[in-house]
Amino acid sequence: MTRHETQGFTLDDTGRRIVVDPVTRIEGYMRVEVNVDENNVIRNAVSTGTLWRGLEVILKGRDPRDAWAFTQRICGVCTGTHALASVRAVENALGITIPDNANIIRNLMQLCLQVHDHLVHFYHLHALDWVDVVSALDADPRTTSELAQSLSDWPLSSPGYFRDIQNRLKAFVASGQLGLFTNGYWGNPAYRLPADANLMAVAHYLEALDFQKEIVKIHTVFGGKNPHPNWLVGGVPCAINLDGVGAVGAVNMERLNLVKSIIERTIEFVDKVYIPDLTAIAGFYRDWQYGGGISSQCLLAYGDIPVRANDYGPDSLLMPHGAIINGDLSTVHDVDLSDPEQIQEFVSHSWYTYPDETRGLHPWDGLTEPDFQLGPNTKGTRTKIEQIDENAKYSWIKSPRWRGHPMEVGPLARFVIGHVRGNPEFKEPVDRLLRTLDLPLEAIFSTLGRTAARGLEASWAAHKMAWFFDRLISNLKAGDTATANTERWDPATWPDDVKGYGFTEAPRGALGHWIHIRDRKIENYQAVVPTTWNGSPRDPQGQIGPFEAALMNTPLAKADEPLEILRTLHSFDPCLACSSHVLSPDGQEMATVTVR
Amino acid sequence: MNETFYDVLRRQGITRRSFMKFCSLMAASMGLGAGAVPKIAHALETKPRTPVLWIHGLECTCCTESFIRSAHPLAKDVLLSMLSLDYDDTLMAAAGHQAESILDTIREKYKGNYILAVEGNPPLGEEGMYAIQGGRPFVDKLRECAADAKHIIAWGSCASWGCVQAARPNPTQATPVHKVITDRPVIKVPGCPPIAEVMTAVITYMLTFDRAPELDRMGRPKMFYSQRIHDKCYRRPHFDAGQYVEAWDDEGARKGYCLYKMGCKGPTTYNACSTTRWNEGVSFPIQSGHGCLGCSEHDFWDQGSFYNRVANLSQFGVEANADTIGMTIAAGVGAGIAAHAAVSAVVRYRGKTGIDVPEHGE
Repeated sequence: MTRHETQGFTLDDTGRRIVVDPVTRIEGYMRVEVNVDENNVIRNAVSTGTLWRGLEVILKGRDPRDAWAFTQRICGVCTGTHALASVRAVENALGITIPDNANIIRNLMQLCLQVHDHLVHFYHLHALDWVDVVSALDADPRTTSELAQSLSDWPLSSPGYFRDIQNRLKAFVASGQLGLFTNGYWGNPAYRLPADANLMAVAHYLEALDFQKEIVKIHTVFGGKNPHPNWLVGGVPCAINLDGVGAVGAVNMERLNLVKSIIERTIEFVDKVYIPDLTAIAGFYRDWQYGGGISSQCLLAYGDIPVRANDYGPDSLLMPHGAIINGDLSTVHDVDLSDPEQIQEFVSHSWYTYPDETRGLHPWDGLTEPDFQLGPNTKGTRTKIEQIDENAKYSWIKSPRWRGHPMEVGPLARFVIGHVRGNPEFKEPVDRLLRTLDLPLEAIFSTLGRTAARGLEASWAAHKMAWFFDRLISNLKAGDTATANTERWDPATWPDDVKGYGFTEAPRGALGHWIHIRDRKIENYQAVVPTTWNGSPRDPQGQIGPFEAALMNTPLAKADEPLEILRTLHSFDPCLACSSHVLSPDGQEMATVTVR
Repeated sequence: MNETFYDVLRRQGITRRSFMKFCSLMAASMGLGAGAVPKIAHALETKPRTPVLWIHGLECTCCTESFIRSAHPLAKDVLLSMLSLDYDDTLMAAAGHQAESILDTIREKYKGNYILAVEGNPPLGEEGMYAIQGGRPFVDKLRECAADAKHIIAWGSCASWGCVQAARPNPTQATPVHKVITDRPVIKVPGCPPIAEVMTAVITYMLTFDRAPELDRMGRPKMFYSQRIHDKCYRRPHFDAGQYVEAWDDEGARKGYCLYKMGCKGPTTYNACSTTRWNEGVSFPIQSGHGCLGCSEHDFWDQGSFYNRVANLSQFGVEANADTIGMTIAAGVGAGIAAHAAVSAVVRYRGKTGIDVPEHGE
């Protein structure tokens, strides 16, 4: 390949090749290679998933009631979301219903994850793509204070407060040991915040680091720990006992008060710190309109947060559901996870093999045989890769397609689909933000749009927690304290051969689990996760994935500093441990481990 | 070779007089009296923060996520003041070759004086290429970083035992750190993930006392892993009284009875959950109604369903066999028999040895 047209992009691999490996500040690690032209504009992009763990092979033959714990370990950043998809898949297969309180508590836990994950992403994984930490040393704390107070009434905003932070930062930098900030791209011209805004952002980086540990205590109350709280097929494991004997051993008034206070503080932090920071930073970058990729063409969301227990239809789901293809925003297609024609995975450019790699397979029929091989144009060796050959297999991530289309998933997809459907909870915040920034709707199809949608969603999720908490209290007032349905807990009550699927909207996008249960054991298990969609390599048609598309045509201020590449990749919040997975109908035991 | 804070200031032309003034200001800003000034000055003059290289193999990043949940000390203070986290894929600013060059710099400049923290494990299948970093197998990076480290910490069950990707059939040949780095001790801090404050306590112990914590024979710090969750569980009196949860959300569940019959692995799991608890002491799995999964134990994924009860409790003792007792679970054993046997075993053990089985109310 030298030039190749796909999805409205012209790929050209003739220019200088730049390799970034590892891409950091993501869950796991990945590799990206781009070709830039003489003006340092990206003309070809290649993203490679660089790890594989094989969890679905491991699930074969296990008790389906245990699957949530295994799949939860797919990712410890979006902790809990795989567990939720898993218990839903098992319940769907076995026809198990859950009590209303269990649905509410699961929603609270999932919303809690949304807020936590988005907040940590914005401040700790993404902010350094926009914020120059070293520049903050030059700020005048008085100006920083004025800026902060003009944005919000968050109390930590005095000149003295920012001076203290700056002094601490100065001492840190003067120590000569920059720790996490070593070798950052400080001073790169792509950074646009003035020094006082940088100082405010650094202060909030530290505050958010302190506060994120509070949000997750909702998981701890209902699930016992975070990361990796506990879940249950048929409901939730925590019993409720408001005022009877032994109430201290269950969810009681003290526990509910703790949850309530965390929700209130979370709403305050998101609305008074996160959203104002997002708006301020976006204001300084409003004309950096790169990174849209296929977001204006193909978007997918399964929907989530059922308002009615056991009803996963679009009318019950508070998070938007649907698919947009070919840039036709006037039509939102319904998505059916059980339809073999809709969701299929291809492996023509992935390190797996199919008997016929021109075809895709639906997850229930999924097949994975790892097949690590490098193309003839690879530079380097098999264990020291200098340059990938993207015309051959080049990633541990498969290529999922919806009716043949690569699809972007995530907060931006959810907000665009919600906007197009006219859902005011998703339309109004977008319109308001765009008005504030004086930008047209098309501006949302960008790196910044993805980052903004994530912030707006964090606020939505925080407020929705309060709404569900009130519903929980209403149920308790009415005397309903049930949290689990154990009618089909005993495997003896199960049918011999059933299939099911479960889905959720993980923080990073649409997440589906498919399960086949035979003779009370897992026969097959498959997860198609958000970063599989977003990080997918090319498919047999030569279509590129959302990461690759989003990097296209972006100019780099300095070709040897991949700041803009990181910025756009991070806007997807990649999760690499999630993305690379496998199902094998006959995984073989490898009991002996040979140490090289 | 290793510059201290004071060295850096002097190199930048700052006088000792100014340095002492800075120390006074620092003492004042920290709310400390004048007596603290010489101590601060001494620390800054003599101690560079210990560099930590935190590398990631096959894992899910739950260990990093847990670490930043630490409430005492706050993660912020660990990162800014206690150590120098010069490499951590998940949080570091640099990427690509700018990131990888940090490893070379630290290994050279702080040879024998940095801590290597490993999250996840190396897969050895496919020549290590199930985990590729910088175009090379992760296991190579692990070996190189380990060679010059002062201490090696294995964070979590992946690095300590293998964890979920090493569960049967272990398709990638995921291998715990101590089976690859065999020429020196590896400090194992197991759990999926470990408790945040356990992680920060282990590392600050090493910085404060300048030595590795005392380890058991399996390489775990005794201070957190020498007793079973069951030994210190606040629901233990219900176990002894034969009061069990029999079904989810039943009367026993609502009264906080023992979860033994629901498969709780507390009786065979060495960890600090029932004492240190999780997320600033808010709760731990049993307190929130689900049995312990045994996530800090070797091969806990391959011991049958999490809902099968622990059947073989005949080896009950507290510390006598802390190093030897494994996960001994047989699936499908009748509930009544096992529970009765367990209670009897405990009673018998106490009568015989008088070893410190914790009494209720202590």
